[in-house]
Amino acid sequence: MSSLETIRNFSIVAHIDHGKSTLADRILEATQTLSQREMREQVLDSMELERERGITIKAQAVRVLWRGHQLNLIDTPGHVDFTYEVSRALQACEGAVLVVDAAQGIEAQTLANAYLAIENSLEIVPVVNKIDLPQADPDAAAAEVAQLVGETPERVLRISAKTGEGVEDVLDAVIERIPPPEGDPAAPARALVFDSSYDQYRGVVAFVRMVDGRFSTRQRLRAMAAGTRFEAEELGFFSPDRRPTPTLEAGEVGYVVTGLKEVSRLRVGDTLTGQDDPAAEPLPGYKDVKPTVFAGLFPTDSDDYPDLRDALEKLKLNDASLFYEPETSQALGFGFRCGFLGLLHMEIVRERLEREFDLDLLVTAPNVAYRVLTKAGEELEVHNPAEMPREVELVEEPYIRASTIVPKDYVGAVMELNNERRGRYHHMEYLSEERVLLAYDLPLAEIVYDYYDQLKSRTRGYASFDYDIIGFEPGDLVRLDVLLAGDPVDALSLIVHRDGAYARGRALVDRLREEIPRQLFDVPVQAAIGTRIIARETIKARRKDVLAKCYGGDITRKRKLLERQKKGKKRMKQVGFVEVPQEAFLAVLNLDGDRR
Amino acid sequence: MNGGVRHLYVHLPFCASRCGYCDFVTLVGRREGHAAYVDALLAELWLERECLDDRAETVFLGGGTPTFTRPEELARLLAALPRAAEVTVEANPETVTPVLAVLLRRAGVTRVSLGAQSFQPALLAVLERRTRPEAVRAAFYYLRDAGFDNISLDLIYGIPGQSPADLDLDLAEAIALGPEHLSCYELEAKPGTRFTAAHGEELLRQAEAVEGYFELVVETLVGAGFRWYETANFCRPGRQARHNLGYWRGEDYLGLGIGAVSTVAGVRWRNRPSLAGYLRALGEGRRPPRDEEPLEPDVARRERLMLGLRLDEPLSLARVEGALDGKALARMERLGLAERRAGGLVLTRRGRFLGGGVTAELMAESPAKSTI
Repeated sequence: MSSLETIRNFSIVAHIDHGKSTLADRILEATQTLSQREMREQVLDSMELERERGITIKAQAVRVLWRGHQLNLIDTPGHVDFTYEVSRALQACEGAVLVVDAAQGIEAQTLANAYLAIENSLEIVPVVNKIDLPQADPDAAAAEVAQLVGETPERVLRISAKTGEGVEDVLDAVIERIPPPEGDPAAPARALVFDSSYDQYRGVVAFVRMVDGRFSTRQRLRAMAAGTRFEAEELGFFSPDRRPTPTLEAGEVGYVVTGLKEVSRLRVGDTLTGQDDPAAEPLPGYKDVKPTVFAGLFPTDSDDYPDLRDALEKLKLNDASLFYEPETSQALGFGFRCGFLGLLHMEIVRERLEREFDLDLLVTAPNVAYRVLTKAGEELEVHNPAEMPREVELVEEPYIRASTIVPKDYVGAVMELNNERRGRYHHMEYLSEERVLLAYDLPLAEIVYDYYDQLKSRTRGYASFDYDIIGFEPGDLVRLDVLLAGDPVDALSLIVHRDGAYARGRALVDRLREEIPRQLFDVPVQAAIGTRIIARETIKARRKDVLAKCYGGDITRKRKLLERQKKGKKRMKQVGFVEVPQEAFLAVLNLDGDRR
Repeated sequence: MNGGVRHLYVHLPFCASRCGYCDFVTLVGRREGHAAYVDALLAELWLERECLDDRAETVFLGGGTPTFTRPEELARLLAALPRAAEVTVEANPETVTPVLAVLLRRAGVTRVSLGAQSFQPALLAVLERRTRPEAVRAAFYYLRDAGFDNISLDLIYGIPGQSPADLDLDLAEAIALGPEHLSCYELEAKPGTRFTAAHGEELLRQAEAVEGYFELVVETLVGAGFRWYETANFCRPGRQARHNLGYWRGEDYLGLGIGAVSTVAGVRWRNRPSLAGYLRALGEGRRPPRDEEPLEPDVARRERLMLGLRLDEPLSLARVEGALDGKALARMERLGLAERRAGGLVLTRRGRFLGGGVTAELMAESPAKSTI
């Protein structure tokens, strides 16, 4: 039945919390892919973390049947950090259902996702969701989204994924409006790898969109870019569990069990073809995403370093955007410098490492990538403040175009925040009488700390925010070092704008004085730019630390007390003679709150 | 009787009232029960006689308030206990009368440890001590007049509301009495106690000032010619508390009575604190209910390190082998907190003020297998 004409491949895209996952659940129900009994909330978000946070991290593809058609629903993440994953998923589709909350209207990520879909030449089915809510204004939301995608408001579907109202209309619209896939069933086989996961027993499982030809079970395949060869141990699709099939046909979406044990041998974005009758040209690959935010990840217990390496390698397969390389810190020992797509991505990677791999981690303050021209004329990319040369000719930092949508009353607050963060006004646009889109260019480094929190608190949560990297620009940036008892602590170095350096140094030193407990000797805490000390505090030595009395009756208890004290020390990092609690390394993260 | 144990502790839990800061096993009043308790103590001594050495070195009667025990029962107990070179009784000032002082002396007591705590009425009231400064002085003189030439005074510092000047006064008063020995403890306010609930705020407020009190105590007493021979203990030459030295040197000891702890030949046990259970078991000729823990050699060595570093005499490195972290020792030496001498390891003066932290540094990681 799977002639190309009866196949539709689509995604659902939406701003976070606008009801994408609920709609996906209802689609599984309406098509009887799952019985009510099997239904549980957000079936597609299989990871524990995803369900807890109510967000989708990994794209997944589910096949459903509706009115004689095979619909492949490719779920996508909604958050700004995962634009890359969205774009990969969209490349496997011909259309997208764009969901907008009837009460909220268009949000920043709605825009970003709509633009991505348009860029990928996808047919967009606009949907206004949550029409059952008392505060819903479906007409206003429909008008906004119609204008955005160039449709008439009448063509915007109005549904409630929660009650199920209108869900069948969405399925019908997918069949009517989204074109069937194009491809040549007779041509040499080509399939796009748009995602993958690692199965402990079966190795790498690739999620593919068959473009031309067909794959059969046991067929010998090749990844065209990597050159990796393997046999298709199993082919199949998700409905929503794994359903093996003998073949995958042109236009279909499914999975290939590769048996590959090395996660590095199959890159997402690669094209699979047959070894015997190979395609001449690979499909256009995905753009190689570059991480924008970097941080050091160190095991709390240095014995866990090999486990961390292992875990990162496994995560990397599931998460092509994760970048890591070994890092050695004087203060924190062996670890990895990791690159992330953004702060949420960083947070999710950290949590997955801790939960799924049972690791206890210390994450240093995040920073952006800098382009450096040294005095010697050498060009460097610096991912770690401790590696920033002290003498530089020029430093460039990444800039973003930040789009913020707010009710008009908060425009002033957002402008003030952006101005404080070295932002440059770009333009402003009224989306409706009430809501305004503000575009600013900002250094990425300025949003890496607590920008989201500030934005949320200053707009009482009404702002939605998204950004694109627009390039690198030179900045008057300096490296700020921290010295404890005279020794520089590499893990605490920061790169800051010269104008803010003094205030940052002062705040950092004050913070560390609070975070680091008094020691058996005086500990000077200094902030320095180069050899110039710009702030100094002293953590005074303890004067007294004794167990008042100790006689026959309480020796056991006093010994346990000391052993506990000893254990407490183990959780500290020894920097020179100074014991530094792990929290102190995070002190740099929380400075922005006090800096103005 | 040649089990080798040379130190005997006897717990007398009875008190006239309970002080707010106290966390010892104590029982208020119950004067009619004293005889039965002494019977039980002697029964326990009989059951444990095998582990004692022929010649006991020290006997220590602690409490509670041993001198609150009915005098005839106290005398009966003392008469039945083994003779020893040092026999100490703890006493509260208000319980010491000329008659009691003579009774103790005649019963073979050689040393009295008098719980003075403070010489200022306001501070005594905060501690809920039922005594006045005059009573402390009177008790001291009664003991001297009865012939005691080895008297120790207990002082507490860091009492809520106590200023450095108050502490100076207390020290001066204590020195003026001319005791052979002084024990000075910082007040420990345990979280969750009635005392902490009442005075927590004041304790917090004065915490920074109190940090200097320990130094003040040591300077004053050393200046007055006392030897700072243990973290919290000071003595005239040759007048160390020999019983307590036994603990600090890691020697075995037998403890009798409710809540009492014994450490004998690699085993430590603690009698349960219930009086009824104690009396019942010994009335039936059985050992009282108790909790036992084996004292593994590595634990014993860690304890020896912890206790030994409280003393001003060198700790033999051979006795703490494996319990001492060599790298940490080098670090502590460089920081001027510890020193290796011919006889072993000692803490420097500053190291002793930071003794807890320094010991935690010096103690090697406990082996993976956790004891108890």
